Amino acid sequence: MHAVYPLVLGALLFAIGLYGVLARRNAITVLMAIELLLNAVTINLVAFGSIIRDALNIGQVFTLFIITIAAAETGLGLAIVLLIFRQKGTAGIDEQRTLAEPARLPDLSKLADRSSEPSPSARTAP
Amino acid sequence: MNTFALIAIALPALGAVSTFAGGRDRRHARFWSTAPTLLAFLATLAVSVAHGTGGTSVQATRLAPAGGLEIWLGTRVTGLAAVIGILVTFVASCVQVYSLTYMKDDRRYATYAGLISLFTSAMLLVVFSADLIVLLVGWEIMGVCSYFLIGHYWEKPEARSGSIKAFLVTKTGDVPFLFGIIALGVQAGSFRISDVLFAATTPGDLHHTTLIAALLLCGALGKSAQFPLHSWLPDAMAGPTPISALIHAATMVAAGVYVIALLYPVFLLAPGVLTTLAVIAAITMTGAALAALAQTDIKKILAYSTVSQLAYMMGALAVGGRTAAIFHLVNHGAFKALLFLAAGVVIHRVGSNELSDFGGLRHRMPVAFGTMTVGLCALVGLPPFSGFFSKESVLGAAWQANGQFAAAGWIVLIAGIVTVVLTAAYSMRMWLKMFYGPFPEESSGDPSPAWPVEAPQSELVILTLLAIPSALLGFLALSRGTFDTWIGGYEGQVVSSLAAVDLNPILATSLIALAAALLGGGLVWLVWRRDPAGDPATILGPLRVPALRGFYFDEAQDFLLVRSTKALAGLVAFLDTEVIDAYVRGAGAGTRTVGGLVRRSQTGNVQLYLTVLLTGVIVIACVFAGQVG
Repeated sequence: MHAVYPLVLGALLFAIGLYGVLARRNAITVLMAIELLLNAVTINLVAFGSIIRDALNIGQVFTLFIITIAAAETGLGLAIVLLIFRQKGTAGIDEQRTLAEPARLPDLSKLADRSSEPSPSARTAP
Repeated sequence: MNTFALIAIALPALGAVSTFAGGRDRRHARFWSTAPTLLAFLATLAVSVAHGTGGTSVQATRLAPAGGLEIWLGTRVTGLAAVIGILVTFVASCVQVYSLTYMKDDRRYATYAGLISLFTSAMLLVVFSADLIVLLVGWEIMGVCSYFLIGHYWEKPEARSGSIKAFLVTKTGDVPFLFGIIALGVQAGSFRISDVLFAATTPGDLHHTTLIAALLLCGALGKSAQFPLHSWLPDAMAGPTPISALIHAATMVAAGVYVIALLYPVFLLAPGVLTTLAVIAAITMTGAALAALAQTDIKKILAYSTVSQLAYMMGALAVGGRTAAIFHLVNHGAFKALLFLAAGVVIHRVGSNELSDFGGLRHRMPVAFGTMTVGLCALVGLPPFSGFFSKESVLGAAWQANGQFAAAGWIVLIAGIVTVVLTAAYSMRMWLKMFYGPFPEESSGDPSPAWPVEAPQSELVILTLLAIPSALLGFLALSRGTFDTWIGGYEGQVVSSLAAVDLNPILATSLIALAAALLGGGLVWLVWRRDPAGDPATILGPLRVPALRGFYFDEAQDFLLVRSTKALAGLVAFLDTEVIDAYVRGAGAGTRTVGGLVRRSQTGNVQLYLTVLLTGVIVIACVFAGQVG
């Protein structure tokens, strides 16, 4: 079989996965797109292993590892998505902006005050 | 004898440490301030007796040899050092014993006594040191001690400013002095005084001697209060009177003269510097004597008189009369200590420094009157008191100066004789105003105040003790060259009594000086006779006010140095806060502005971040591919 087919397949899958990661809004879709990205890589690994006739089959070994880790990663990701959904009622990835910079610059003198604040309870307060 | 010298240095230092450790315990402070100083006096006597007229004996050990600069800890005893050592410890002992009663009621007596001990020890370190660097250490300790002692009454503003002024002015001379010592040590290849003197007497061994001598001279001028670094000394009168006696007679001001005498071969290599010294001495002696004639504070009269007398010593050094200078230093040490301590007794009793508050004290204070008369006669230079012989030896040295000293000799001689007139005038004025005429309180109808005792017995004993050398020390000059064989040659070598410098008064200068003294004293007496209640200083005429203000030297100093320094400091402060700080503040503000722009991109949208990341990867990959391909 010509080597170009699996490579083209891998490239196509990667492109689809990239689109899914960068453009889709639903967190579950993004997770699925990440799976596509990983699978594109595994296809490439297996294909190249076969092309260079690797006696140790490192590509296939890697693929097995990636599948295992991908399963764990998906489980974790889904759990996080579930928690976010429970808290905020939405799984839209573009609505998770807690880490965004505030609109105005924080006052430096207040920052200094906060760092010298001794009580730990004040830090955990909402 | 080196051991004795070491003991003499160590004892007052030990006394100082112990006095400081004793806190405010008065009895402890009394014992530990007087006993070590008296023992140090005995030790210096032992040094002198053991040394006799021998040459130099050095006992020194090298301190931590670590290459480069070598420092030798130890003592170097010459006749010169032995004589000055006796003077220092004698006056210091007198001052310590005198202070026992004089400073009895002072709250800070312990600190005061400890500092005097430290001062004495530092001066002995200067006198007996074998190494120029160690000498410098003693020199600086003296500077610090004088600062603390002048500022003893720190509640008074003039004491505070006087102490700061003394410190700053002497430090102005000390910085060039430090450079001079380093240059001298580098040129001579060693800081040991014996090596330096050997190099100075070996032709062609020292270079840049004029520069070195000029730098060293700056330090000596500062410590010995010569023009233009003299202005600290009159202001130093804000300290307690015994301190004035100590600083003015034996320690601080003597150090400058001593160092020039010690390193005299170096100065002989720089005739230009010695001529400059002659001019400075001439200006100082006449100017200070004029200022003394106009002062109204008796301590300031004595202070200006010290400046003027020190200028005699400097003048003698400038014309090659090293022996005469040291002779005058010793005599002056005795009679000036006497004058200050006697003035202290009078000031305590009358309760004022102002000359106008005195009068008619000769019957009320007979001991102070007698001893002060001896001191003033010595100061004026009336025969047979000590000052006559030493002043004549200075004038004689100027008279006989020839060769490279000829010009300097004339300058010093003329200024010296003019100063004799002025000295006689201000001494006469002080003597008459203090002890004759009406007592101001009496003339105003006040009933005669009770005068149970003149002063505590111990103070009067000290005055009498000091009056003896003030009166008799001069006769050493008659014994052909004895004093010169005592102090030894320029390099500390033995001087045979045949080759020794003769200090015998010369008839010509003696007659002129005596006539000058009678003229000055007589003029003041005539003026006083006409108006006993008035101030004879009126004979100065229009010069009186400038002389009273020290010829506006402080104002000129303020204008030239202080104002310009302040203006310069203002400029520097402006440059610092407005120019340099502008860059610093700008760096902060600029970073914040740029940061504010960049943080706009932090929207919190993860997908945007990833897109940018991907773009970056692609760009890097393209660039990399372009480079490889």
